Amino acid sequence: MYDIKALYEATSVQHAIELLQEHPEAQILAGGSDVLVQVREGRRAGVELVSIYMLDELRGVSIDEEENIRIGSLTSFSHITNDPIIQKYINVLGEAVDMVGGPQIRAIGTIGGNTCNGVTSADSASTLTAWEAIIEITGPEGVRRVPIKDFYIKAKVVDLKPGEIQTAILIPKSSYDRCYGHYIKYAMRNALDITTTGCSVNVRLTEDKKKIERVRIAYGVAAPIPMRAYTAEEFLNGKTINEKNIKKFSEMVLEDVNPRNSWRASRALRRHISVVMAERALRDSIEQAGGVING
Amino acid sequence: MDRQYKVVHCKINGKEVEKIVDMRASLTDMLRNDYRLTSVKKGCEVGECGACTVIIDGEGFNSCIYMAVWAEGKEIWTLEGLTGPGGELSDIQQAFVDEGAIQCGFCSPGFIMTSWEIVNSGREYTDDELRKALSGHLCRCTGYENIFRAVKKTMLRRLGKKKEAELVNSQGITEYPEPMPFK
Repeated sequence: MYDIKALYEATSVQHAIELLQEHPEAQILAGGSDVLVQVREGRRAGVELVSIYMLDELRGVSIDEEENIRIGSLTSFSHITNDPIIQKYINVLGEAVDMVGGPQIRAIGTIGGNTCNGVTSADSASTLTAWEAIIEITGPEGVRRVPIKDFYIKAKVVDLKPGEIQTAILIPKSSYDRCYGHYIKYAMRNALDITTTGCSVNVRLTEDKKKIERVRIAYGVAAPIPMRAYTAEEFLNGKTINEKNIKKFSEMVLEDVNPRNSWRASRALRRHISVVMAERALRDSIEQAGGVING
Repeated sequence: MDRQYKVVHCKINGKEVEKIVDMRASLTDMLRNDYRLTSVKKGCEVGECGACTVIIDGEGFNSCIYMAVWAEGKEIWTLEGLTGPGGELSDIQQAFVDEGAIQCGFCSPGFIMTSWEIVNSGREYTDDELRKALSGHLCRCTGYENIFRAVKKTMLRRLGKKKEAELVNSQGITEYPEPMPFK
């Protein structure tokens, strides 16, 4: 038995919003791989929960009429990895969420829960940040959309107001079109471990594949919330693909990353691997995009 | 506050069932206490050890971090569902016995359920894929090699590759015989 005060099961998104308004103390329960564990640990013991897990309308990946990739918030990690749309347009997201926990965790863990939890180490978060995802939130006042960089407010705090739930994550066409990316998770173990620092890079090359048209790089656990390294991006945009520029780009990430010392790793280690990961992920992304490194 | 209860209908090991369940129960609680399916082990209870793994709609889940009420309408398989009517072991269970993949036995039901999902997929996993697929389980006795071998051999046998299954060595590596040297 879980030490919970009550469990309210939502039968629709509207019903979930009503339940949250009726029970202002209640917390949202999606897959439960964070919330239920915290109940067990005692950190959230005695809580009221509104379960949205049974809302199948929030599952699945599709392309909507605006050509956004639409990922329902309750889509599990394993379903994202195996989804043909994800594999075709944003394969790196499928690869990133395939590094979360172990297989059984990926079967229950949801992408919505991963982002709403507000932690910087979430394996989906850096890739969604790098691809400038839009968070769709449904609440008493209707639907609103927030860019992911504004959705994360500070550690463990996201832009969800009382009565609101996250219903989808959208990747606009301008963001995924002709883009190729790579994610690196640095952790102590290959399974069932939390990211020490994670790095997600994606590139769009020019027609002749000789220059970087646009590069985006985001980190998890390089700051209290997932973050982009804009200085390095600005440097590399429009530049020729060569060894010198790749090196310069990876060193310039240090202008923006600001990791902390924690029991998991030191600030110095995290700064060091931030540079190494930037270079490796960039090289892999360029290769996937069909680019060649000239000199 | 008054206790909350709910009727939960589902299919367990091929049989349609329903019971009144405490809303606070995990699926492990429901399967063990209400259905006496005690192969579902209570290990860490936080989704790390995999001892409570059951198959829900074809996919392996940790039943300890799954609300019992979410079982509504689902098809669930536990280890008890794998044995024949007279208690005969299934091929994957027999392989665990044959390969010495069981010592204390606590992790075995969970491991076998994940293995069952793997061998039922009809897909040939590479060694790396197999290790990744089994990575959600902890075993403190066997050192995993025997478990890995049991799963790999059963997978190959199910795919009709009986010869290859016999070539799996004690480290779990398929050891093809050396080709005849040219003369």
